[in-house]
Amino acid sequence: MTVEPLWEVFVRSRRGLSHTHVGSLHAPDATMALRNARDVYTRRQEGVSIWVVPATDITASSPDEKDEFFDPAADKVYRHPTFYDVPEGVDHL
Amino acid sequence: MSHLSYARAMDSFQATIDADSRIEPRDAMPDGYRKTLIRQIAQHAHSEIIGMQPEGNWISRAPSLRRKAILMAKVQDEAGHGLYLYAAAETLGVDRADLLDMLHTGRQKYSSIFNYPTLTWADIGAIGWLVDGAAIVNQVPLCRCSYGPYARAMVRVCKEESFHQRQGFEILHTLSTGTPGQQAMAQDALDRWWWPSLMMFGPPDASSTHSEQSMAWGIKRHSNDELRQRFVDMTVPQADVLGLRVPDDGLVYDEVTGHYSFTQPDFTELYEVVKGNGPCNEKRLATRVKAHEDGAWVREAAAAYAAKQMERAA
Amino acid sequence: MSDLFTYALRLGDDALIAAQRMAEWIAAAPQLEEDVALGNIGLDQLGQARSLLQYAGSMDGRTEDDLAYFREEREFLNVQLCELPNGDFAHAMARLLYFASYQHLLYDELRASADETLSGVAGKAVKEVAYHVDHATQWVLRLGDGTSESHRRMQAALDELWPYTAELFESDDLVRRLPVAVDPAGLRDEWERRVLAVIDESTCSRPEASYQHRGGRSGQHTEHMGFLLAELQHVARSHPGATW
Repeated sequence: MTVEPLWEVFVRSRRGLSHTHVGSLHAPDATMALRNARDVYTRRQEGVSIWVVPATDITASSPDEKDEFFDPAADKVYRHPTFYDVPEGVDHL
Repeated sequence: MSHLSYARAMDSFQATIDADSRIEPRDAMPDGYRKTLIRQIAQHAHSEIIGMQPEGNWISRAPSLRRKAILMAKVQDEAGHGLYLYAAAETLGVDRADLLDMLHTGRQKYSSIFNYPTLTWADIGAIGWLVDGAAIVNQVPLCRCSYGPYARAMVRVCKEESFHQRQGFEILHTLSTGTPGQQAMAQDALDRWWWPSLMMFGPPDASSTHSEQSMAWGIKRHSNDELRQRFVDMTVPQADVLGLRVPDDGLVYDEVTGHYSFTQPDFTELYEVVKGNGPCNEKRLATRVKAHEDGAWVREAAAAYAAKQMERAA
Repeated sequence: MSDLFTYALRLGDDALIAAQRMAEWIAAAPQLEEDVALGNIGLDQLGQARSLLQYAGSMDGRTEDDLAYFREEREFLNVQLCELPNGDFAHAMARLLYFASYQHLLYDELRASADETLSGVAGKAVKEVAYHVDHATQWVLRLGDGTSESHRRMQAALDELWPYTAELFESDDLVRRLPVAVDPAGLRDEWERRVLAVIDESTCSRPEASYQHRGGRSGQHTEHMGFLLAELQHVARSHPGATW
């Protein structure tokens, strides 16, 4: 049985926005993957640009490591503008 | 994974479910959760692609070019929906080719509604109005399913399907205000599709095998009987607008509860059709298997070509 | 019947009958992605057919449905290539390569027509059929240069349909005297250049034909056409005067 590679599909919905993951599909090669993505994921004018990436080429963070990956960012509140007091009457800051 | 870290992962799974957050593909999850999802998503995907057949049956005969275009777009959507759903199932570590193989060998099921034949043009209206109507009642809660990829696929499916039910209602409305022949066709379609549509919500809660655990896992949000009631309450007034008679002598509106009481469908028929004893079971599966087998040489050719191109590039 | 009416019917009937055959592939394609792709192509063709039949109908008070459902076989003016029954997937892609490549050249030129409706339809359709050509090309390459079985099937399909391509480029008094029309005879060389380039790259051999099928433009069809129309028309004809 022929197993066709899986491709992840990213679509830019309109100019000015970044590509967003919309789903996946099967195709024998990149050329067909791009065309299939056009037919499957942009039938209703959902996009102006498409990326396809072999699913096996994606390196993902592991959910097992999510504590050490993402928790240390939690206490760095000074990275957010709402951390700072601004005296009343000061605009454009 | 050690016992301790497994226990911790399961706690984290349960905490995610309890917080009504979403489980994502690489999260640890109980084996039963994974299996239940694979079974349900695959069955859902199979239903979409088998469901192309009863309607595809009428594309070549659609009585106006406008209707032909709408029907083509609808059947095409169903292929797309099958595809989104297979993709969601694949995030759980199964391959679409294996799922298709399970369908083709009868080891996984699809919705029994598609084992009924489409005999007249009005059936296309009835499928859109009743079958897609019932599907929407079933599917809208799935947009909040605890498994992220399934929920996201369902958001897309529900958005695209919003025209499916309307076009079905429009077909029947045109027929029921048309010639006597067209009116009779519309009533006949409702008479045949009403009961199978009620069966789409599955067996009564008292005898539903998978329901309780699925509710606890946030895969299912409402019981079969709740959804069936919702469908009847929604549909009966629409039948009145169409001037068609719902074929249930026991149908009564209860002023106090605000719900219709109605006759339950014959669930022995549902069990029989699920077992394979419906009017179109064999035909639907044979057609599907034939398309797959007829396409084998094409898929092999595409793979061979891709391999040659890689070799040439290397 | 005016020349313009007849001309719009020719183009519209080509698209309508091609769409009817293409739609038969939905739920029968080699993979799900292809079901969706062929659905898109069929919908494009049907859309072109509707625009052209509406235009033709506007000239003598008929609707697109009057023209699609209530004409007799001898009144249909499509080329025979479009009406032949579906074969295997190679057959579908060979037909699409031949037909869409022709349509692409035709619409491209028709964009400059002085007839605003025709140029408008062509302007929209030329983009659609460019995609059809690409789709067919991709598959002809893959099937021709895939496995030995796919090569054999692709070659057989290219050979079988080639004798039906001459009709696409048939010139007659009507296209020569109708200033807003494109004389398809002028498209032949470029069509051959493009189609043969794809066939060469696919490793198939160039088809040769001694017999050329003709007659569609004057309403003479193959034996398959009657069955196609029976299916297409029977519901509408069973309920005369009904709306749908």
